[in-house]
Amino acid sequence: MKYVLMFVETEEFAKEFEAMGPAERELAYQRVYQWFDEHASTITNRGAKLQPAETATTVRLDGDAPLTTDGPYIEGKEVISGFVEIDVADLDEALRIVKAWPGCPVVEIRPVES
Amino acid sequence: MSGDHAADELARVVRDHAGRLAGSLVSLLGDFSAAEDLVQDAVETALRRWPEEGIPDRPDAWLFTVAKRRGLDVLRRQENYRGKLAQLQWPVRPASDDRLRLVFTCCHPALPREAQVALTLRVVCGLTTAQIAAAFLVPEKTVAQRITRAKRKIAAAGIPYRIPRDDELPERLGEVLTVIYLLFNEGYLSSTADRAHARDLVDDAEWLTALLAGLLPGEPEVTGLLALIRLHRARLAARFDADGRLVLLQDQDRSLWDQQAVAEATALLTRTARRHRSPGPYQLQAAIAACHCEAPTWADTDWPQILVLYDLLLRLQPSAVTRLHRTVAVRYVEDARTALAELHGLEPALRNYPLFHAIRGELLRADGRSAEAQEADRHALELTTNPAQLDLLHSRLTVR
Repeated sequence: MKYVLMFVETEEFAKEFEAMGPAERELAYQRVYQWFDEHASTITNRGAKLQPAETATTVRLDGDAPLTTDGPYIEGKEVISGFVEIDVADLDEALRIVKAWPGCPVVEIRPVES
Repeated sequence: MSGDHAADELARVVRDHAGRLAGSLVSLLGDFSAAEDLVQDAVETALRRWPEEGIPDRPDAWLFTVAKRRGLDVLRRQENYRGKLAQLQWPVRPASDDRLRLVFTCCHPALPREAQVALTLRVVCGLTTAQIAAAFLVPEKTVAQRITRAKRKIAAAGIPYRIPRDDELPERLGEVLTVIYLLFNEGYLSSTADRAHARDLVDDAEWLTALLAGLLPGEPEVTGLLALIRLHRARLAARFDADGRLVLLQDQDRSLWDQQAVAEATALLTRTARRHRSPGPYQLQAAIAACHCEAPTWADTDWPQILVLYDLLLRLQPSAVTRLHRTVAVRYVEDARTALAELHGLEPALRNYPLFHAIRGELLRADGRSAEAQEADRHALELTTNPAQLDLLHSRLTVR
């Protein structure tokens, strides 16, 4: 089954990351790269790391005319910061992989419609 | 009385076989939802027909035949399932018991707690949606929606039908035990002397725990929960007076306690404790219950031992509710004033918990502050919905 893992950043996490020194930050990246290496066989789409939420633009198409606004579609303390797609047997396997994720503190697992 | 007896027998037979059949059919069809629908349908047919026709000699074969016939009918358009079902002969894989897998799927942490409870009751214990709704005092439609949504998620999100790996087992087993404990609590607190209309959830909880203990021997917390449930049930006959009113532990007629059951549950607990070094939360709670059950009178209660057990429990489970229960032991080891002081810090967390105010009322009364005690009882009354507890609080306010 295919799942998209949506990585979610919190304000607190972003601040902590901001406060890191270069060496510490490098180490954090290394841990994430290692996670990608370890799960390379199940990752079917390496997805992307997204620019911060303040760079987002949202367009609403449900009104009379398209409405363009600055920012993410939901203003909140938790924002999606990236995603990957994995292909595994079932939710338990997806959970196992997610529990080993060394990056941001929240991950949403969504099955992909087949 | 004989009508009740027949209903109990009916429920017991359904429970013994429905889960087994569901387990086999999920394995066979590879579709949790479809298999569950077939079994539920067979269960409802049985509940309609058995009271009139009598329980068949082979209830398992009967349920199987009805489920299969129904399956061939409703799955007509699904060649894949139909083919599998058509070839199916009784008995289905007699040697295996798939109910353990069934339990782990129903109690998967990706499902909301209420759905875990409803699914377990329906799929593993063979309760109908109507019976679950009646037991939890919620509309049938609500239960039906919870189950439908949960089954949809099991399929769409790929929740597996298997026993978790060893490294995942402790966490997942914890989830299952929480569901059973909730069931037990609901049954225990809402039970009244009048059982004619209510499903005995405590009985279902004990049965499920015994099933788990059989399928996962050597799991000390499963045994702990089993002992806990059996110790509470041993006092059942003394929990209500002739008018169906709740009787407090201290006022119960201890000659009504089932001492045989107490001895067996205590022995079970001791055997488990001998094999495993540090007891888990359920074993500790059972040990506390055993202390109460073994005291010949309320005055003989070994409060220092109970206090030690609560301290151990708090180390594993530092919850406000556990602290609340501990204050009762503090009252008898120290005094009511010390207990009240410890209670004070719990107010923000337990302000809406009726038992907090009821215990506070007791402690205030013991400390000679009767006006404040009345006020606390009144608070407890406002927050309580359970009829037997309401009764008890009412009598406290009017009698004293």
